[in-house]
Amino acid sequence: MATPYAKLPAWADYGLIPLINLFVAFAVAGLVVLLVGESPVQAATLLIKGAFGSGAGIGYTLYYATSFIFTGLAVAVAFHCGLFNIGGEGQAYVGGLGVAIVCLSFDSVFPWWVNFPLAILGSAAIGAFWAMIPAILQAKRGSHIVITTIMFNFIAASLMVYLLVGPLKPMNSMAPQTRTFAQDAWLPKLDWLLEMFGATIRSTPLNLSFVLALVMAVVVWVLIWRTKLGYEIRTYGFSPKAAKYAGIGEARIIVITMMISGALAGMMALNPVMGDQHRLQLDFVTGAGFVGIAVALMGRSHPAGIVPAAILFGMLYQGGAEISFVMPNISRDMIVIIQGLVILFAGALEHMFRPSLQAALASLAPKSMGMNAAKREGA
Amino acid sequence: MDTLVQLLDATVRVSVPLLLACLAGLYSERSGVFDIGLEGKMLAGAFAGAAAAAAFGSAWIGLSAAILVAVFLALVHGFASITHRGNQIVSGVAINFIAAGSTIILGQAWFRQGGRTPSLAGDARFQTIDLPGAAAVSDVPVLGPIYSDIISGHSILVYFAFFMVPFTWWALFRTRFGLRLRAVGENPAAVDTAGISVTWLRYRAVIITGILTGVAGAYLSVAQNAGFVKDMTAGKGFIALAALIFAKWKPVPAMFACLLFGFLEASSIRFQGMDWPLVGRVPVQLINALPFVLTVILLAGFIGRAIPPKAGGVAYVKER
Repeated sequence: MATPYAKLPAWADYGLIPLINLFVAFAVAGLVVLLVGESPVQAATLLIKGAFGSGAGIGYTLYYATSFIFTGLAVAVAFHCGLFNIGGEGQAYVGGLGVAIVCLSFDSVFPWWVNFPLAILGSAAIGAFWAMIPAILQAKRGSHIVITTIMFNFIAASLMVYLLVGPLKPMNSMAPQTRTFAQDAWLPKLDWLLEMFGATIRSTPLNLSFVLALVMAVVVWVLIWRTKLGYEIRTYGFSPKAAKYAGIGEARIIVITMMISGALAGMMALNPVMGDQHRLQLDFVTGAGFVGIAVALMGRSHPAGIVPAAILFGMLYQGGAEISFVMPNISRDMIVIIQGLVILFAGALEHMFRPSLQAALASLAPKSMGMNAAKREGA
Repeated sequence: MDTLVQLLDATVRVSVPLLLACLAGLYSERSGVFDIGLEGKMLAGAFAGAAAAAAFGSAWIGLSAAILVAVFLALVHGFASITHRGNQIVSGVAINFIAAGSTIILGQAWFRQGGRTPSLAGDARFQTIDLPGAAAVSDVPVLGPIYSDIISGHSILVYFAFFMVPFTWWALFRTRFGLRLRAVGENPAAVDTAGISVTWLRYRAVIITGILTGVAGAYLSVAQNAGFVKDMTAGKGFIALAALIFAKWKPVPAMFACLLFGFLEASSIRFQGMDWPLVGRVPVQLINALPFVLTVILLAGFIGRAIPPKAGGVAYVKER
């Protein structure tokens, strides 16, 4: 669908509008804080202090951000193709299965630096498979990918409960989780990285998958803007008709894009499963797949926007835990509201401030309005 | 026989929220506004209903509060997707998150019971209604239990939900409003050319969606259960959406789809851990996943093709 609005200069399109949207989202979240009888300013102070006030806080913030970078990239890749992948949650969940299979099989065979790439492949493969089915159904049978990916989230949840209370559970245990992996299937922590900057910390869950997430951000950038496949993906996302006319195979591009998206979502499982908990647990994804939607929308589907957006959400996640110590009325569930508001204002209402901003800019500097700005649509 | 009656009785109970949400989605989607946010509106309605019923001791005030909140969220969806032509899916997803988060935060802040609302009793809850003659005919073989156990003995919202099925059919296919509603979902430009406001028509559809999801929410927390528990919709909004597609956006098939999904849910509770001849024990997770698997198979066009309203998901641009 073409945008009914004129183009804005790039700095306004990629900088100002997301900032305005974000500001409004947080202002409304502040109202919710007021509604439960706490001070929004104090909450914000606590949030920032909790997230960045200590070495451990930063470690946790980046640990959460790692998961969100993966899922954010997953959603973004699909967005570029005009597809809305709501199934990141499920793809990440079954991705954990790939990690667990590798770790449980090889944790006493190989050292971690062999297990790590194997686990990457395992998680990516299963995540990609989980996204492939809805993709094929969309491409070949015309079923709506949004509905199918939602359905696959529920199916993934049922499947994982079945596996974790049944086949994957050790015989002598009641808890729905696998056995703890041996040390050789643990990812190295990155505490030393924070200590290099002078922070003294006991232990944080920040691990090597953070680096992988950053590498993937670069890989996604190269893929989308520097390869033929990326060009085809963007072409299809911009105009399926034009893509078809140019000889780009519709089914092929949908399936490949969704598999890349699913693989990225699947890799998210490395962070909690291999990096922190060292076993596969029930519900280890804890909504990270959905946060990815907000992250991708806020980052405008560009890796350079997704990484800071993910860190912002990591900050909310970590800081939210700190707030709840001081303000019992505000728990970590606050992030779910903020996430919803960000999706609303940065996603569904992204055009709300555009006309007035255009009017303001046009009156200030008429020449700046001629520039081209890329436009993409989800779903 | 007793087991079957109980099972069917339970089926009716668990189908009602699905049915109300499904009909809610039907109005919106027939008008060309996709609504992924049924789940969130239902959840917010359930919370508002239970909170207001607890505060005022009246189920009817609870119901009104549920409707108000759900309509408000529906209007947010309308504002984003009709007025500002935002992405309807994105807007629906946003509403689901806002509802999920705020019901937990507000519930904890107001009632301090771990996200629950105080339990409701007496007038604060919708009581069951015994239809006339239910006790008298209960001894009649076959028809007696069907009337007295399955049909009679539900709260008023159950009867409202089933009344809404023929009503929706009538409203959609036998009234001017219904004709226009269906037209705006298929070809908004034609409706516009006829001098009818696409925007206002779609807003009305979205408001009806809000009302019905509010009733669905109130049913969950004020009639079926005695209070709100966090995340109590547990995917019902999505199953309702699935049922809507399953029913090809038609009211009467929607009822049967919801009853089918309700039957699956009721039997998964009933037959949990039972051994079956030949197949052995069916994992409860498989039965839980069945509605979703069925929907996927249906969407793939293996059980007849589901064709959504043509203009669904597309914002209407009057002029360029």
